[in-house]
Amino acid sequence: MTENNIKLTPKDFKSDQEVRWCPGCGDHAILSAVQKALPELGYNKEQFAFISGIGCSSRFPYYMDTYGIHGIHGRASAIASGTKVANPKLSVWQITGDGDAMAIGGNHFIHVVRRNIDINLILFNNEIYGLTKGQYSPTSKLGSVTKTSPYGSIDNPFHPGELVIGAQGKFFARSIDTNMKLNKEIFIEAAHHDGTSVVEILQNCVIYNDKTHAYITDKEHKADRQLVLKHGEPMIFGANNDKGIVFEGTKLKVVTIGEDAYTKDDILVHDAYEENPEIHLMLINMHSPDYPVALGVIRSVKCETYDQRVEKQIEEVKKQSDIKCVDDLLRSGSTWEVN
Amino acid sequence: MSKNADVIEKEKVVVRFSGDSGDGMQLSGTLFSDTSAFFGNDLSTFPDYPSEIRAPQGTIGGVSGFQVNVGHSHVNTPGDYADILIAMNPAALRANAKWVKEGGTIIYDEDSFTEKGFLKAGYKTDNPILEDKLDGFNIINAPISTLTKKAVADIGLDNKSVLRSKNMFALGMVYWLVNRPLEFTEKFFESKFKSKPLVVEANKKVLKAGFYYAETAEHLSHSYKVAPANIEKGTYRNISGNKATAWGLIAASEKAKLNLFCGSYPITPATEILQELSLRKNLNVKTFQAEDEIAGVCTSIGASFAGSMAVTTTSGPGLALKAEAIGLAIMTELPLVVVNVQRGGPSTGLPTKPEQSDLMQALYGRNGESPLVVMAASTPSDCFHYAYMAGKIALEHMTPVILLTDGFIANGSEPWLIPNMSDYPEIKPPIVSAGTKDWQPYARDAEKLARTWAIPGTKGLEHRIGGLEKADITGDVSQDSINHQKMTNIREQKVQNVVKFIPELKVEGEKEGDLLVVGWGGTYGHLVTAVNEMVDKGESIGLAHFNYIKPLPANTKEIFKKYKKIVVCEINMGQFVGYLRMNLPEFDYVQYNKVQGLPFTTIELKNHFEKLLEEK
Repeated sequence: MTENNIKLTPKDFKSDQEVRWCPGCGDHAILSAVQKALPELGYNKEQFAFISGIGCSSRFPYYMDTYGIHGIHGRASAIASGTKVANPKLSVWQITGDGDAMAIGGNHFIHVVRRNIDINLILFNNEIYGLTKGQYSPTSKLGSVTKTSPYGSIDNPFHPGELVIGAQGKFFARSIDTNMKLNKEIFIEAAHHDGTSVVEILQNCVIYNDKTHAYITDKEHKADRQLVLKHGEPMIFGANNDKGIVFEGTKLKVVTIGEDAYTKDDILVHDAYEENPEIHLMLINMHSPDYPVALGVIRSVKCETYDQRVEKQIEEVKKQSDIKCVDDLLRSGSTWEVN
Repeated sequence: MSKNADVIEKEKVVVRFSGDSGDGMQLSGTLFSDTSAFFGNDLSTFPDYPSEIRAPQGTIGGVSGFQVNVGHSHVNTPGDYADILIAMNPAALRANAKWVKEGGTIIYDEDSFTEKGFLKAGYKTDNPILEDKLDGFNIINAPISTLTKKAVADIGLDNKSVLRSKNMFALGMVYWLVNRPLEFTEKFFESKFKSKPLVVEANKKVLKAGFYYAETAEHLSHSYKVAPANIEKGTYRNISGNKATAWGLIAASEKAKLNLFCGSYPITPATEILQELSLRKNLNVKTFQAEDEIAGVCTSIGASFAGSMAVTTTSGPGLALKAEAIGLAIMTELPLVVVNVQRGGPSTGLPTKPEQSDLMQALYGRNGESPLVVMAASTPSDCFHYAYMAGKIALEHMTPVILLTDGFIANGSEPWLIPNMSDYPEIKPPIVSAGTKDWQPYARDAEKLARTWAIPGTKGLEHRIGGLEKADITGDVSQDSINHQKMTNIREQKVQNVVKFIPELKVEGEKEGDLLVVGWGGTYGHLVTAVNEMVDKGESIGLAHFNYIKPLPANTKEIFKKYKKIVVCEINMGQFVGYLRMNLPEFDYVQYNKVQGLPFTTIELKNHFEKLLEEK
């Protein structure tokens, strides 16, 4: 953490490189929210490392005046894992997209989550391949018409949150690119969480998949179609704040407070810290139009991280070992003298 | 009690242990080697085992072998042919009889010579000795299983555990045959089975029973004596190539005052390096067993960026998977050591058998113009030195280095005069410190052309690197055509400049003359043995063995000029000779190649060299 309490500002994190995303791209807002969140974290500027793969989102590190690597396709989780394990004092951020993290990098994604390495992973999900100009991705909706699915995609889409839970993930949050206030809050919480913090941002690709999230983000209806979760607070939403989520039978259900004898007390209270992931998974899987889409920090469970265990084990082994240097090592075990 | 057997003094004795892959032949061979090393011999070993953990019992496919050459004089190879073969079953005899010297001793377990055993081994008759035409050999049929049971009948061990120690009976026989003391092996039992006194007792009894059996058996008419070797004074240990590689890497990181990070994925025959490194957390080693080969190298690149000495270890198929990421390390100019323990290919190929067929992959197996330093170790123990030098070059020149070894030297072992770390050269990576004014990520030093290394956490040096082409000096992304040409040239020249920091090529044997034998990597032992034996006979022959391949040593051309004929010998179809033809096209090269999953034999090499000398 900070050694000299110089107050950083968002401007300190802007690099000298011209931002080259398309005008209107959701990435601009995400970049701005990250730059606003970082000064709040208590790290010195030189302690941040931003690591990405390939894709539009992966240009992100160039626009941050921090240490950074623009890596190769799909491998950002692995590169970031190496950086964090090598130096656990760094605040390591992975920037990735739905192609980078869910397709070519799917294996690395589940394994970084499984190991619970302390990195903050922001997944820009625009449900399309942007940099290669418009092919469907592993998160594209069934039936999406794209350049490589002219008759509609027949692939079943991944839901990133499900993969996180499946890989025993401890932190998952979801937000929307333009909700800067919520994004900043989530980024700060993700950074404070020890372990892999996955933040899925529903991001709009204005060129190749415009309005893919419009049903959820539509200004007129968003209050009815979004549920912003806060730990300890009831799951209430709607333009009139009268809708809520209850647990009935084996399912979540949307009810209206005051109707069918439902009162405010029946509404589920969000517990992000609950270790059992079952309700979290149900929240992750609430899809339009039957449910509002859950936003905010859905799951945040404390657990020792991989990088902490590495350091702990090294300390323990060092205490027990008589071998202190390579000269000791070379002379350990069976040796003999030739005279 | 003891008969009047002759003792024959020998310069070298080669012993080959063979049996089912569950028969403990690797252990018998290792114990014999360790005892011989303590006794003072020089030696070289070659474990030869199948890729299946337990192939069907009694079949040729399941035969596991361990050959060791112990000598009074200097030993460079595990020996072409064995003086003594131990065959624990008919399949072992069938697979290994061709590796016994004319008239050599073959000891087999008579109890396993049953009709069923013959059938499984593929014998058509019930007399394998006649069928394989082995009647000219000194055949010792010992009822090893029966005598093992008898030896421990009184100590109350279950039948399975008893039979598991029959390899010690065979070892006891070999100890008598080669006049070895038993004490070292007895001590091994005591420490290995500390908590199982019954097992210690049983193994000791069986070992002795084998020794006494050989001593009294009428048909063993002579034993061998191999006097201690006349080798350099000092403290020695046995070391395998993989262990030496791991230790050399740790040594480099210690000298550079950096943590060692190894991201890797288990793969035969390289796995022992990762295993050995994972034991050494006390020496600031972090190992990361990744989810695949790609994550292995990528975590290492991430760690290198963060300021560790980064390594990834693999074998051929794994190097193929890592290719794209190695390109990233070339573009970002981060130090990285990639160890490739070569095995037979293509595809899964021959996972446990040695080959040198990844040279072209190491040199060129990446997209784009992607030069890096390629080196090769040549003996089990010099893996330490070359792993150390690979680390030094990677760190000081800010480049990936591929170090090639192979299954033969990785699994083989030999005595090693333990060096002092104070005798090893300094390693000074170009780390740039906080407060450096006007620092630029891609500015370089004039001599090496290495850029400097600004490690995350260093105040004021925040910067971005990546796989897109870099602008000269600033390291910004650049698509400029002239800049791309310039950077491509710089990356190549940076690797070429390493030539000023590596030793010149040395020649063994005649320094000029009729025939220059050229080799690289793990074939050294066989090549030098063949060449030395021919030099002793007065032939005009020399050996130039390469450990530095890219760049080639500065005096390569000068040396090649001094011979009438050059023969390049490789365990592949001619990869190094192709590289030489490209880089030094002014010479004519003949080539000698073999890809049988086996090392050369010195005999075949000598025959070939003699033919070449006659042709002049």
